[in-house]
Parts: sequence; structure tokens; C-alpha cells
Amino acid sequence: MVKANSIPRVWRERTIKYRLIGGKCKKCGKSFYPFRRICPRCGSEEIEEVHLPREGKLLYYTVIRAPPSDFEEYAPYVVGIVELKDGTRVLAQITDVVEDQLEEGVDVEAVFRKYREQGKEGIIEYGIKFRPKT
Amino acid sequence: MKTSRQVGIVGYGAYVPIYRIKNQEIARVWGKSTWPIKEKSVPGLDEDSLTMAYEASYNAVKRAQIPPEEIEAVYVGSESPPYAVKPSATVIAEALGITPRLIAIDMEFACRAGTTALQSVIGLVGSGMIKYGLAVGTDTAQGRPGDALEFTAAAGAAAFIVGKGEEALAEIEATYSYVTDTPDFWRREGQKYPRHGGRFTGDPAYFKHIVEAARGLMSEAGLAPQDFDYVVFHQPNLKFPLRVAKRLGFSKEQVSAGLLSGIIGNTYAAASMIGLAAVLDKAKPGERILVVSFGSGAGSDAISLVTTELLEQKRSLAPLVESYINRRIYVDYATYAKFRGKIMR
Ligand SMILES: [Zn+2]
Repeated sequence: MVKANSIPRVWRERTIKYRLIGGKCKKCGKSFYPFRRICPRCGSEEIEEVHLPREGKLLYYTVIRAPPSDFEEYAPYVVGIVELKDGTRVLAQITDVVEDQLEEGVDVEAVFRKYREQGKEGIIEYGIKFRPKT
Repeated sequence: MKTSRQVGIVGYGAYVPIYRIKNQEIARVWGKSTWPIKEKSVPGLDEDSLTMAYEASYNAVKRAQIPPEEIEAVYVGSESPPYAVKPSATVIAEALGITPRLIAIDMEFACRAGTTALQSVIGLVGSGMIKYGLAVGTDTAQGRPGDALEFTAAAGAAAFIVGKGEEALAEIEATYSYVTDTPDFWRREGQKYPRHGGRFTGDPAYFKHIVEAARGLMSEAGLAPQDFDYVVFHQPNLKFPLRVAKRLGFSKEQVSAGLLSGIIGNTYAAASMIGLAAVLDKAKPGERILVVSFGSGAGSDAISLVTTELLEQKRSLAPLVESYINRRIYVDYATYAKFRGKIMR
């Protein structure tokens, strides 16, 4: 079923999700993804938009075998914490991998993929995932 | 068919998904003892013709070394867009950062849409209307389970950025198009799989249109087969491009660098364009390349290019076609069927 309010959300977040745009706090220097208006560390509202580096390292991952209903058709899939080259940590799906052959610490790069479909009749959401560097 | 001012390719990029299925595995399921190619590419569950087009375009932008916002046209050719109504071109352009002052359109003409997108962008740049234009051919082709097409219908994308001649890594010398109303292959609205006219897809369709487009271009440009270092044909399998090369008077050596269907399958709108990208990955400056696409319904575009001194320095700025071909995860038929939506939960 398509939730009506999820279309404006997807539309608002599209450039952030498509282009790996994060936020950088002008007060404490923390950079984070996705972009939001308030710093998750110090609460400052002085945040600038930054294009985050597209390469990093996979720190940790887990295999999702019982996902939320919107993601059922993609199971099993991998979710991981990626540390980008500038130190920003990103929670993202790891794609183009065989789940039981993935190693923590591998170099990864950002790719543009399908996130989910809002049912068979709804819109398709796209955004950044990571894959082992080619 | 020529532009009034000299234009050329300023950036190019290709993409092939990581998954492969061997023809032998498809043959095992359907009890066949012969098969047309070695293996074909399979898109992952989170891939479609739009995401593949994005990666090929991203690679093309890297090689072009231009600010993306200077691209003023995005033309996407595909017969497998993720939406029936809602353009892929806008999503690709948004993701690349080239909206909103932009001419953007999706095009469909079976396997020919990519080269026609390229030809259209060549016209826009050649007329001086825009500075740079991006043309993409992309497809996630589907064959009915058990149909002959299932052995070859594959996935891939290639993208080309057209700009002024002096910035080009390959100049566009001439183009020529040949189209007729020929019902060799089609898919009706709402149908999941295409239908084809069996043997009818050969002589009156593939061979007739490619031969006429290639001969038309060579006659208008005053060129002969021996003037070309490389030739790339649409490649629905391995047999057809080799046979049409022979018919036109090209050698196997001229064809081989751009002939990838044996190891990635038929990537439809991307097929001749990935072939061209693979040739650009290898060619030396001052070499002449002929590309001839074919799309059912039916038509062919022939494009003649001459590489420049800029090619070798641009090449290393993005992954080669070969690097995509060499990364492989093999899947069995069950996984393939799940990935391609042939079985549903
Ligand atoms: Zn802060």
C-alpha cells in the first residue's frame, strides 16, 4: 500500500539520497549523512551541505534475512557501516556481494541503486548504496 | 548526414552488472543441448535500466572532465524503462546534478534507441543549440522463459557526451540512418515478454537494415570497408555480427575488439554502444571506427568516428569495459529467475 505522505518525503530527499550529500556542522566540525538541519552531536543549526567522498571502508555489516515488508523481495541483503575517506560514517546497504563471502575492512565505493518500490503501483525510490571497490 | 560544425565524443562510459548466468545453465533447465553464447549479464535486484544508465553516464562525465551542469541535454534510449509513464532522463539528470535547465527525454526504438539518442544529441551540439549533450543506451532485456531469446537477453548501458570537435576524443565524421516498417520483433502494451518473427528477424530485418545503413554512410562519406580500423555492429548473438561483417566486406579482425555478445549477451539499446566503448578503450589516435546499430521495427544508425590525441589521456579516468566484464558473480537459474522477476513471492 502506498502511504500518501511518503511521496513528498522521497521528493524532498532526492538530491541528498541521489548524490550522497551530507551535513557538516560549522560549530563542532562533525560531518554526517544524510544531511539534516541540526547537528546530531552539538545541536547547532549552522549546518552546511557537503558532497561526501564516494569511497571508504566497510567497518561492520549484518545480513538481513527477515526485513520489513517493503524490502521482503530483496532478502537476504547486507546493511553495513561505511567509514568514508573523510571519516564520515554512513549506514547503508552493501550491494553486489555474496553475503557469506563479504569481509569487514574491504574498500567500498558508492553506487546509485534502487532502494525500494512503494508497492507494484507506487513510485520507485533510488539512492546511494555501497559495493566492494572494483 | 552531417553537422554544420565539427562535433565529437568528449566523454564515454559503460556499465555491465556483476551477475552472470552461463548458457549451459539455461540449457540445463530447458533440456537443450546447444546454446548460442557462453554467458550473459544479469542485473541485480536493485538494478534497472535507469541505475545502469546512471553509472555509465557518471563514467562519461568523469572522462569528459566538465562541470556536469554544462550538459544541456540528456537523451536516454531504452526499451526497458522502469516506468511506463515517468521519464528516466530526469532521475539520471538529477542524480548527476544537471537539472533543471535541460532538454531531457526518453526514447524507444527497440535496440536502436541508444544510437538514435546519440544522433539527436550530435544534431543539437552540431547546430550550436547546446554546448554539451549526454546520450545513453541502456536495457535490462527480458526473454520469455524457455524462448531462444532467454539465452542472450542481457543487461548493460553505455553513455556518450558530445561536445565541440576541438575537445573531442573521437570526432564524428558522418552518420546515416535507414528505417522501414518491418514487424520482426515487438512487445504489446502490458505484455511482460516480447514476441519475435522467428527467421523473419534475420534477412529482412537485421541484415537488410545494417547493410543499407553501412553502405549509405560509406557512399555519402566516400569511404570503403578498408578505411576503417574497427567496426561495431548490433550484436544480438555472435553469429549475426560476424555474418553481416563478411557480407559488407569487413574482416574478423575489424569486428573482434567491439564484439562482446559472447560474454555479456545482447544488451539491446546498449549493445553497439558498449562495443564502441570497448573499442575506444583500445584504439590509438587517428583511427577510424564504424558503428552500426539495429533496432527492430526496424532501423539502423551508422556512425563514423575518428579518434584524436585526447583519447589516451581520457581513457584512464573511468573504468574500462574490460574491468566490468572481469568482475563476475555467477548465479544459477533459480537465482536468475528471482532477480528477473520470473518468480514472485
Ligand atoms: Zn555540531
